[in-house]
Amino acid sequence: MEMRDESTKRHLRYCVTLTIFAVLFVVLVILNINLGSVTVRIKDIISILFNQGGSVTDHGIIWKVRLPRTMAGIILGGALALSGFLLQTFFNNPIAGPYVLGISSGAKLTVAIVMVMVLSKYPAVSSAALIAAAFVGAMISMGFVLLIARTVRRASMLIVSGVMIGYICSAITDFIITFADDASIVNLHNWSRGSFSGTSWEDVRVMAVVVLLTSAIVFLMSKPIGAYQMGESYAQNMGVNIKLFRIMLVMLSSMLCACVTAFAGPISFVGIAVPHLVKSFLKTSKPLAVIPVCFLGGSIFCLGCDLIARTVFAPLELSISSVTAVLGAPVVIGIMVRKKVRG
Amino acid sequence: MMEYFFYTKQLTVGYNGKPLIKDIEIRLSKGQILTLIGPNGSGKSTILKSITKHLKSIYGTVYIGDRSIDDMSNRDMSYQVAVVLTERLRTELMTCGDVVATGRYPYTGMLGILSEQDKLLVRNAMELVNVWDLRDRDFTEVSDGQRQRVMLARAICQEPQIIVLDEPTSFLDVRYELELLNILRTMAKERDITVIMSLHELDMAQKVSDLVMCVKGEYITHFGTPREIFNRELIRELYELSNGSYNPLFGSFEMERPKGGAKVFVIAGGGTGITEYRTLQKKRIPFVTGILHENDIDYQIAYDLASEVFFEKSFERIGEGIYQNALRRMKSCDTVINCLKSYGEMNERNKDLYEEAVSAGCFNFISVDFIN
Repeated sequence: MEMRDESTKRHLRYCVTLTIFAVLFVVLVILNINLGSVTVRIKDIISILFNQGGSVTDHGIIWKVRLPRTMAGIILGGALALSGFLLQTFFNNPIAGPYVLGISSGAKLTVAIVMVMVLSKYPAVSSAALIAAAFVGAMISMGFVLLIARTVRRASMLIVSGVMIGYICSAITDFIITFADDASIVNLHNWSRGSFSGTSWEDVRVMAVVVLLTSAIVFLMSKPIGAYQMGESYAQNMGVNIKLFRIMLVMLSSMLCACVTAFAGPISFVGIAVPHLVKSFLKTSKPLAVIPVCFLGGSIFCLGCDLIARTVFAPLELSISSVTAVLGAPVVIGIMVRKKVRG
Repeated sequence: MMEYFFYTKQLTVGYNGKPLIKDIEIRLSKGQILTLIGPNGSGKSTILKSITKHLKSIYGTVYIGDRSIDDMSNRDMSYQVAVVLTERLRTELMTCGDVVATGRYPYTGMLGILSEQDKLLVRNAMELVNVWDLRDRDFTEVSDGQRQRVMLARAICQEPQIIVLDEPTSFLDVRYELELLNILRTMAKERDITVIMSLHELDMAQKVSDLVMCVKGEYITHFGTPREIFNRELIRELYELSNGSYNPLFGSFEMERPKGGAKVFVIAGGGTGITEYRTLQKKRIPFVTGILHENDIDYQIAYDLASEVFFEKSFERIGEGIYQNALRRMKSCDTVINCLKSYGEMNERNKDLYEEAVSAGCFNFISVDFIN
């Protein structure tokens, strides 16, 4: 009956983690709405949010700027963390993630191309078109990574190849931005460094639909993902349709990453750091448990980082990637040291 | 006529469209154990992978209960076949219990949550292979042998009709090797599970298998019962033994026979000689031995190690002819080792032999350990 004890222990651990995460989440949401170049008092926030009260300026700041931005942080942060988790499972490599594998940069490149091409003729690009462009770019990068992964079996070489692909894509993106119209440059420049700023409610609506739908599918795939963690041969022996599963995993992780890139540009290290931290908190890698917490963890991580990016040097704003890198990269180094990643 | 449960028709296996082994015809009834033996790189794993659909076969078909595996999805296969592979499993934060529980995968619902029944089966399987105590330990932190047993428990709780194991005993010490093979035998007998595996240990293969297949070269040349397969010549050919020999009675191997003219005579019998023979072999000293009976245990080893063996037919008194021959040969040696401490009616001539040696003033020893 000790097995029951162990499962209770696990259950308890899960509940505690979830509670802490939930509290952190709420606190960060409030802080994100509260803090900034103009500090809105918490009492006012409540009245603005629920009773349409407060001053007109505060009302505008919260409803038009901070709330959509916070929503973006929540949704895109979760998407990034999940995307990373999927890629780590797919490549059986703890330091795989959309950024280090160059998938974010691939998406960034195609988005930049589309933006430059469209903005020279039309005033705006639809979010759907941007997501589609990002998805294509993500899939192209992913294709290259897969090709390399087929020939190079070493875990570290995979990462190196990914980083190289990332550099190539970034270089081309810079090249395109340099020669873009003046009008679109400012926009592009900010975006290409990674930022949640300028998110509109329309954007939030689109990203919510895409990300939540994709994440729901990922969650429903917990079982085969768990089987795949045992390696392809055993997964097959458990009855998983490997081909279909691999295609699904590539599409889902690319979709999540594409959505993030289309709206916020490339954001580094969240995809590696968050799943790792979540797994070590939960002391399990069971997808059924990890996936929801991972999403929540990604939201928290991005909310925190965005808060730092916005407030530390206010009114100057850091790019979100600089903050996520500072906080996330040490975690990655920690993983490499602890696990002595082979190869 | 037996009803075959698992069989192959003209199965040709290989990699990248290149055939490695052709026309494999396996026929197995339920509850039988088939062992694949053969040298490294001969294609045992290739055959196993083709049977489990991990490798696409090049030609021919594998049938499980009259259904071709080509018509079966991975899911269908998962109810029929469980595998224990050689590849090292890398898990992350999974306990041994978690690993075993993955065997229940085909039976759990959409989200893979274990029912009480599933948990019971996991426990039963773990208890069967003695790993229940490890259930909360991290899979990466237990020993290779323990890991192998955990993987067997996983396969068992998958409740398959067939278990396929690739070199299951590789990391196991003798105790667990015996235990594992015992469990397989039990599973075969009590649950009618068919077992197909590859083994390096020929002695074990001989003892545990119902059928044995020799894998070497382009075609399977030998497929039969252990009685048919395990004989001196067949095994010698299969492994191209040039510097040793195989003894089918013990299922054991002896090192190469020392070369050169023998100057040592060993008087032995009833198992007293074996240690001396082996020591002489280690020192590369060629020797002659006698007078043994054909059914003597010493005779089995002497046959492979001695330059010359003087022997009498089983259950017969040592005759005068053979005695004279042995005596003549002994006199041409410098050293005589007498392993016998007592003599009976059947071999009393050995006593005469010894006394002759003493009176002839040969160097006499009771053990080869005294020879430097």
